[in-house]
Amino acid sequence: MRHTLAVLVENKSGVLARVAGLFSRRGYNIDSLAVGVTEDPTISRMTIVVRGDDHVLEQVTKQLNKLIDVIRVTDLSAEESVERELALIKVTVDANNRSEIIQIADIFRARIIDVAAKSITIEVTGNEDKILGIEQLLRPFGIKEMVRTGKIALTRGGKSV
Amino acid sequence: MTGATERMTGAQAFIECLKKEDVEVMFGYPGGVLLPIYDALYDADVRHILVRHEQAAAHAADGYARATGKTGVCLATSGPGATNLVTGIATAYMDSVPMVAFTGQVPSFMLGNDAFQEADITGITLPITKHNYLVPSADELPRIIKEAFHIASTGRQGPVLVDMPKDVTTDELDFSYPDKVELRGYKPTFKANILQIKKAAEEISRSVTPVIYAGGGVISSNGSSELLAFAEKIMAPVTNTLTGIGSFPGKHPLSLGMLGMHGTKYANYAVQECDLLIAVGARFDDRVTGKIESFAPNARIIHIDIDPAEISKNVRVDLPIVGDAKGTLANLTKYSKQCKSEDWIKKISEWKVKYPLHYINSDEVIKPQYILEQIHAACEDAIIVTEVGQHQMWAAQYFSFKEPRTFITSGGLGTMGYGFPAAMGAKVGRPDKVVFNIAGDGSFQMSSQELATVVENDIPVIVAVFNNGFLGMVRQWQELFFDHRYSHTCISGSVDFVKLAEAYGALGLRATKPSEVRPVIDEAIASGRPTVIDFVIEREENVSPMVPAGAAINEIMDLEVK
Ligand SMILES: Cc1ncc(C[n+]2csc(CCOP(=O)(O)OP(=O)(O)O)c2C)c(N)n1
Ligand SMILES: [Mg+2]
Repeated sequence: MRHTLAVLVENKSGVLARVAGLFSRRGYNIDSLAVGVTEDPTISRMTIVVRGDDHVLEQVTKQLNKLIDVIRVTDLSAEESVERELALIKVTVDANNRSEIIQIADIFRARIIDVAAKSITIEVTGNEDKILGIEQLLRPFGIKEMVRTGKIALTRGGKSV
Repeated sequence: MTGATERMTGAQAFIECLKKEDVEVMFGYPGGVLLPIYDALYDADVRHILVRHEQAAAHAADGYARATGKTGVCLATSGPGATNLVTGIATAYMDSVPMVAFTGQVPSFMLGNDAFQEADITGITLPITKHNYLVPSADELPRIIKEAFHIASTGRQGPVLVDMPKDVTTDELDFSYPDKVELRGYKPTFKANILQIKKAAEEISRSVTPVIYAGGGVISSNGSSELLAFAEKIMAPVTNTLTGIGSFPGKHPLSLGMLGMHGTKYANYAVQECDLLIAVGARFDDRVTGKIESFAPNARIIHIDIDPAEISKNVRVDLPIVGDAKGTLANLTKYSKQCKSEDWIKKISEWKVKYPLHYINSDEVIKPQYILEQIHAACEDAIIVTEVGQHQMWAAQYFSFKEPRTFITSGGLGTMGYGFPAAMGAKVGRPDKVVFNIAGDGSFQMSSQELATVVENDIPVIVAVFNNGFLGMVRQWQELFFDHRYSHTCISGSVDFVKLAEAYGALGLRATKPSEVRPVIDEAIASGRPTVIDFVIEREENVSPMVPAGAAINEIMDLEVK
C-alpha cells in the first residue's frame, strides 16, 4: 500500500536531513520525496510517497510529527487530491523514427523541449500511470537518460492541508 | 522579548541564559573553541564541575536530572569533546532524560572545511537527540537556549544539543531573554482526552484480573503518588519496568516488583494471566515483553503515554490515552471504581509465597544479593545508581525502593560506565542523600577516572564494586548458551580497587567475607568521603530467574544455584 503524505516543515537548513534520517533509521521505504517552498516563505512542503501498511503509515506520521521542525503531516491518500509528477526523458532518435516519437509525445500531451541530431528530450506531466505509460512506449527507441521530480499533490476543492 | 536589553558577548549571554533557567550546576570540560565561554565562567556565579572525560559530564548531567527532576546541563568543546558526549546523550535519549548539552564549534566561516577539531555534532546526534541546534549567530543564542530547555523538559523529555561556533560566543548582541517560546511544530499533548479516560474507567470496571505496568514515565511526570492512589482505588497489582522502579513502593502488598527478562516470576505470571493491562509511561521494550506475540495474551491493553508514537509501536493497544502520567492517573482515579479483584490479589499473594526471589547465602563467600540487602538495612533511603550487568539486575531485584528518583540506571541503552558519573551528578543534586554506585568491576573501569572529580569537588559517593572478576552478564550468557566458553570475559586481577581509590585520595575499603560486608558499608557511610568498596564476591553467581531470549515471559526459569 502506498500513501502520499503532505508534510509542512520549517524552511530551515537541516530539516531535509532530519526527515530523511528518520526514514532510513526506522527502515521506512520512500518511493519519492519532493520538496519546495510554499506560499509562506518560512514553510516548505514535502510530498512524500511512502510504502507500507496502516501500521507503518501510523508510525511514520507520528514519528514525523515528533520532529520539532515538522509543522503538520497530512495523508493525502485519505483525501480527494490532485497529484502530478513531471519527467524529462531523453530518447535516442534517428531520421526514421523521429516522427513516430513525436507522435507518441503528442498522444501523451507531452512537450518536446530539446531536439538534437541524435536525441529528443520530452517533458511529460501527469500521474504516475501516465509517466509509466510513455516511458514504456519510448523504451524500445532507447532512453538515454530520464529524470523524475517525484510526486507533488494538493487536496481538491477550497480546503488546504 | 521583554525588558531592557544589555550589550554583551555571546559567552556572557550564555551565562545569563543559564541563570535565567536556574541552572545550579553544569558538568564540563574546556577546549580551544570554548575559551571565551570558560573565560566568562571564571567569575560567573554558576557552578561548573570539571570532569575528567566528557562522557562523564553527560552522564553526570543525566544522573543529576534523574535524581532531581531538573534539566541536566553539560558542556564540551568541539570535535573530540563533542563526540565524547555522544554515549551520554544517547543514554539520556533512550531513557527520556531532560538534558541540554552544549558544545563548542569551529568558527562559522570555517564550518564544513574540516577545520581543526571540527565534527558535525548536530549531524552525529540527529538520531539521539530530541532536537538539536547549530547556532547561526550570537543574536539567536538566547532564543535557542530558551527553546532548548523548553523542549528538553516538556512532553516526552529528552536531550537537546546546542552547538555554538566560536564567533557566536565572541560576537556581541543586545541581550534579553525571551519569556515565551514560539514553536509551531512543537505542541505536546499534556492533558488526556476525557472520553478516553471514561472509556478506560469502563474497561477497569469490567476487569477481574487487572495489572498496572508502570514505567519511567510515571517518575518523569512526578506521578508516583497518583499511581499509588490509582492502584489502591481500583485494587490492581503494579509491576515496574527497570526504569519505573521507585514509582511504586516495593514493599506495598500490591507491588509485583519488576517484570521481564529478570523480573519476578509472579510479575510475569500476572501479566500473562491478566484480563486488563494498564501500561503507564512504559514502552513495551523487548526486555519486558519477551516473545511479543505471546505477551499478555488474554489482556485488553490500555496504554497511557505522553508520546503518541509509543502507542501501538510494539503491541496492539485497545485503548490509547495520550497524556502525562500524573494528570491522567489522577483523572482516571476519579472516574474509576474498584475492580472485583479479590480472588486475583489472593492468587498473586500465593504466587509470591510460592515463587519468591531467592538465592542461597553463604558463610564463606560474599553473595551479591546479600550486599544489597545489607546496604538496604544500613540505609534504605539511599539513592542507588547502577552500572550495567549482573550487579544492575541484582540491585533491581534485591533493594526494595520506596520512592521515585532513588533508583537510577541506564535502562534503554544499557551503558557500562554510566553509573559512577551519574552517581556523582545525583549526589550533587541531592547532597542530603547517601548515594551508592552499585558497580561491576568491568563497568567501573570505564569511568573510574572520575575519582579525581569526586575527590577534588568533595562529592562523597560510595562505589560498591561487585568484583566477580568477570564481565559477569556476558559470562552468564556464555555459560548458558555458549557451552561455558568464557571468551574474553575474564577480567580478574585488573586492578587493586583499594589502591586505585587511595591513589586518587579517596577512601578504599575491601570485604572478602560475608562478615565484613556490613562493617565496610557502615564505615563508608560514616566516613562522609568519596569511597570505593571492593566487594570480592562469588565469581560465577547467575542472575535468576531468567526468561531465555525469544521465550514468552511466563517461561521464566530458575537458574541452577551454585
Ligand atoms: C559500554 C558497554 N559495552 C559493552 C556492554 C555489554 N555488556 C553488558 S553487561 C557487560 C558486563 C559487565 O561487567 P561488569 O561491569 O563487571 O558487571 P557484572 O555483570 O560482572 O556484574 C557487558 C560487557 C555494555 N552494556 N556497555
Ligand atoms: Mg563483573
